Amino acid sequence: MAADVTAANSARAPLSRFLRWDILVGVLLVLVFAGGAIGSPEFANAGNLSFALGDLGEIALIALAMTLLVVAAEVDLSVASVLGLSSALVGHLWDAGWAIETIIPLVVVVGAVCGLVNGLLVTRLGLPSLAVTIGTLALYRGLAQVVLGDRAIAEFPQSYVNLAVNNVPGTPIPYPVALFAVLAVITAVTLHATGFGRALFAIGAQVEAAHFAGIRVKRIKLILFVVSGIVAAFAGVVYTLRYGSARADNGSGLELAVIAAVLLGGVDFDGGKGTLGGVIAGVLLIGLLRNLLMLNDVSTEIQSVVTGLLLVISVITPRLVAVARQRRRAPSPVMPTTPTP
Amino acid sequence: MFTSPRRFTSVVAMVGLVSLGLAACGGTTKESTSSQAPAAPAQTSATADPNAPIKEGLKVAFLPKQINNPYLTILDKAGIDAAAEYKGTAKEVGPSDASASSQVSYINTLIQQQQDAILISANDANAVCGPLNQARAKGIKVVSYDSDASKDCRDLFINQASSEDVGRSEVKMLADMIDHKGEIAVLSATANATNQNTWIEFMKDELTKPEYKDMKLVKVAYGDDDDQKSFQETQGLLQAYPNLKGIIAPTTVGIAAAARYVSGSKYKGKIVVTGLGTPNQMREFVKNGTVEKFALWNPKDLGYLASYAAASLVSGRITGAEGEKFTAGKLGEFTIGKDAEVILGPPFTFDANNIDDFDF
Repeated sequence: MAADVTAANSARAPLSRFLRWDILVGVLLVLVFAGGAIGSPEFANAGNLSFALGDLGEIALIALAMTLLVVAAEVDLSVASVLGLSSALVGHLWDAGWAIETIIPLVVVVGAVCGLVNGLLVTRLGLPSLAVTIGTLALYRGLAQVVLGDRAIAEFPQSYVNLAVNNVPGTPIPYPVALFAVLAVITAVTLHATGFGRALFAIGAQVEAAHFAGIRVKRIKLILFVVSGIVAAFAGVVYTLRYGSARADNGSGLELAVIAAVLLGGVDFDGGKGTLGGVIAGVLLIGLLRNLLMLNDVSTEIQSVVTGLLLVISVITPRLVAVARQRRRAPSPVMPTTPTP
Repeated sequence: MFTSPRRFTSVVAMVGLVSLGLAACGGTTKESTSSQAPAAPAQTSATADPNAPIKEGLKVAFLPKQINNPYLTILDKAGIDAAAEYKGTAKEVGPSDASASSQVSYINTLIQQQQDAILISANDANAVCGPLNQARAKGIKVVSYDSDASKDCRDLFINQASSEDVGRSEVKMLADMIDHKGEIAVLSATANATNQNTWIEFMKDELTKPEYKDMKLVKVAYGDDDDQKSFQETQGLLQAYPNLKGIIAPTTVGIAAAARYVSGSKYKGKIVVTGLGTPNQMREFVKNGTVEKFALWNPKDLGYLASYAAASLVSGRITGAEGEKFTAGKLGEFTIGKDAEVILGPPFTFDANNIDDFDF
């Protein structure tokens, strides 16, 4: 009898490991890709995939930093506004005759300062990051409008535009996506194979326990916010060059796409759980699905419905699975008391 | 990534220092690149064959600023109907928000679908430029309408009306209604509104012609495109100039506010209000007799013309060079002007007889 139970448990264990949400998202991604390749002749060619990947560049970059934050049970809603502020600054300074080589590091520093402000408000004043970054979402977008007003600055240097638009020679991968790939490897190693990464999971799972275990919680969170600001500002540079147009309203609403991808990738919004692989699959799934729907002339409204449903399912399913597991586990101690004939 | 906070702080400081260092020396600036030529595909080599028939089965796509914009929906529908006339298939696709970047992924989709022509009302003249030129490099013709894309990245722009036509026709329309006699005033938008100021210059110029010798422009008032301010400015004009016969409001906000004031005052029926307005705003005042007629362009004609222009480009009847002529179905012949622009024509007049045909 006891042997039976352990056998059943050990048989279930590997199966439930495969039922992890991030793996399901990966499988779904493969299915969408295969379905697209078979069903739509316009989908799986280098030109389209290169475009679809390039179109995801900024979201993907910001999602890396956002994953770290959400794992540590924080969130940064101001990222798209930092992107817009960065874009506005790039436009304003370029128009004023500054060198692009000066502008890029400068706006990255501005992004770091934006992140520092978020981080200080959250860690030093103990405010919830949701509230703080909703505030700075409005604040940084407002600053962007102060900087550039309703002007649109164009005609950036071709050599830099090429870096934002062109593919790495011989591949269908745009340069920003290649950069993303490199940063993704670094982030994955940091999150899943270093003490720093383990500290993030510890903070997200049980912040007090992490504190008593000697993890410098506030310092680490501050660093995460600064990194988020830096990445968002750099994404602003990429965005500006890619579209060749600097505007104060660039990227508005992008923060929701980023957070959607992170949640879809299976990162728990309460912190402490998630994998970077899941997030990358989530970003790609949303992007490729949208691309595929668009190629088939599905209207914008239906596209929103599909991605919205996918998100709701991604939030509900892990909870349902957890509840189901608990129920399955609950009757097992009762089992030995039932008389055996 | 940064295990020690001190190391992290120093990295941030270093980035700052490096940027300051770079600020000191030179680099790629606006001045150093201003002589750069834009990388537009050369398409001027083709020659036009005005007698070529419009090809059948053309695939044409309309990409408005955003879908569900009532004005652009009318335009696109007229364009799609025109495509049925020349036996092509047309469709409207587009984003749900009018942000600068939202049209770009749609352009990619249309490239992949190998459309013959893309018609675009651009949200941002430059943000769509790169993808549009990719489309042109693949042989897709690009026509902008309503709102132009940068002229390096489209083959034709279908302009709703020339500034000169708008200015002069406003004066003509008012003069007809007041028998070329009396004091008139203009209620404009803001004092530095580019469009309105250009039109007002042409109005003043038109008024110097002999047939308007008995008409006198007494005041240009500015309602700042604010409904309340425009309403008050109208009131002020009528009190300050008791002999005023007519008001031209070359702005949709101004004309509606002026009509609303006159409609509820003792001046109703004595003062002529005209200008540029939209049928939905003005319907009430046309029906109650406050306003006899006003102008704007006919969005149906604009969409129809754009559709035919695209088909003519694809069929090789025109290439986009200045001076080329083409026929746009029931609208007749058009000539391509400077910067590959085609002008729809003089503004369209709305009155009690036709206003119910329009909903925008």
